[in-house]
Amino acid sequence: MADKSKPKTYQEVGYYPGCALEGTGHAYNRSTKAVAGKLGLKLKEVSNWNCCGAMEVKNIDPKIQTYLSARVLSNAAHLDKVDVVMAPCNGCYHNLKKAEYDLTYDPESRAVVDRLSTKAGHAAFEPGQAKTIHALDWIKEAIGEDGLRERTRGKLAGLKVANYYGCMYTRPRHIFPEKDQGPGSESTSEPHFMDDLLAAAGAENVDFPLKTACCGGAHTLSDSDTSTKLVLNILQAAEACGAEVIATECPTCHTGLEMHQVRAEKRFGVKTTVKIMYFTQLLGLALGIKPRKLGVQENISDAMELILEKQLQS
Amino acid sequence: MPIHEKSLIRPENLKTHDDLKIDGVDVSGHWSTFIESRVVTDYNEQMEEEIASLPGGESIHRCWQCGSCTNSCTVNAIEPRFNPRYWIYLIRMGMEEELLRDKDIIWMCVSCNKCTYACPRDVVPEGVMKATAHWLELKGHTEKSPSMVFDEVFSEQVIERGKIEDAEVLRGFFKRTGQPLMQDWLLAIVRRVAAKLPVVWGIKMALANVFKPRTRRWRKSRAAIEEYIQEQNAHHRKALGLNGAAARAALDLRKGQRQDG
Repeated sequence: MADKSKPKTYQEVGYYPGCALEGTGHAYNRSTKAVAGKLGLKLKEVSNWNCCGAMEVKNIDPKIQTYLSARVLSNAAHLDKVDVVMAPCNGCYHNLKKAEYDLTYDPESRAVVDRLSTKAGHAAFEPGQAKTIHALDWIKEAIGEDGLRERTRGKLAGLKVANYYGCMYTRPRHIFPEKDQGPGSESTSEPHFMDDLLAAAGAENVDFPLKTACCGGAHTLSDSDTSTKLVLNILQAAEACGAEVIATECPTCHTGLEMHQVRAEKRFGVKTTVKIMYFTQLLGLALGIKPRKLGVQENISDAMELILEKQLQS
Repeated sequence: MPIHEKSLIRPENLKTHDDLKIDGVDVSGHWSTFIESRVVTDYNEQMEEEIASLPGGESIHRCWQCGSCTNSCTVNAIEPRFNPRYWIYLIRMGMEEELLRDKDIIWMCVSCNKCTYACPRDVVPEGVMKATAHWLELKGHTEKSPSMVFDEVFSEQVIERGKIEDAEVLRGFFKRTGQPLMQDWLLAIVRRVAAKLPVVWGIKMALANVFKPRTRRWRKSRAAIEEYIQEQNAHHRKALGLNGAAARAALDLRKGQRQDG
């Protein structure tokens, strides 16, 4: 196998779940850990972490967000001695990447973070001490498609999936220096890592044009009608493409799609039946993990119905 | 209405007369509709600099009006009046009156950053939209937007404890915007989830409200952040020519929250 000649990387990584994965995105946390356990990968949770700033703190002050994210990276590098931090949440992943970028190229951000870190009494993060990866990078690199193919034996065969990546995984392009680097790297215009992993597990990925469309997550409560319209667009497009399930990789997108699927029905009278599941839940099923261990009962859309129909339960 | 179909002449600039004589000639009827001449003299020459001084606005000067931002905009697709390219033009020209026509929708930017991705000039239109929304609030042109209220409720929790708790953010936001918590669609979601979840989960969620998630040894981080925000607020007020008393405390965090803990 091609994978075996490669030195094994990411077998143990720092793990930054973030606030969402301890709240609304609990099923993502649970399924990520379950998949890690099954694959024999070690997750070392970042010590005494804090919120990365999400999408809100930057609107109060962007440099506070940089500080918050830098503190997480600092804890990972200095307290936990890890050089890779894996963040499954797109928001966390985006903010940590942005902090790395800003601290490398913007002296002003660097000065503010240094000053605040000193005042707060912890080591300031310096770019290069740890790097941030997404859960997709982690599985793709640590196990790879061949590894997954071997372990799943086409378990998801016949399942039609629309892969939805959202905004924060690819935009803005400049904070993701490792993307768009030719074959093998992730693309910011046509991301494919989730497609690759699910295809390796046997799923049939439908041709879905709204992979990086916006679900209106930032205004999910403050401008709900706009969010409902944006989500409905995504749900209807997925159904039109023949998808039975939308695979997500972000707790904000996931919760947004699920909440506004109900809201669209209640407020606009438009019903959609496509299911919404974290990609880790789908991979977990493919690896033979029980739905309950993957938090499937926490999903708002009735994912269990699809699992039974497609006999994905082991 | 798509932008290209929009009439450049607004209804309020059209004057119709039923009975009109000019130089003794009766021009009523078919010829009685005139376009009011419009002369702009009150340019706000400080506007661009003020918005550029707020976080996110720094890159506005690089714009060369290609329109890639509006073309790629998520919000523009469902609200055609949402037009970052046009607003950047107005701000740089100093046409404040024109900008104020759209003051109630500028906050609607969802930060998807499609504009930033598309911009060939390294402008961050997303940041410019946020800076403009702040500017409108600080100058007293608009009330705090629901989005700003949400950002504040959220950020206050982060600054206070280092972490947030979803349910508390939700309750705080509905309370501060005067909305009922029991929205029909939220109830439908709660019912749907509650039917599937084991009882243990309900207990866990109740406990999260009592023992709120928090980062340990956060006190000094909190103090450092609060000091920085106050310093920045003062800096922004000065840049916008607002004196302390008259300034609307748009970026100010609630005082009550700052005292405890």
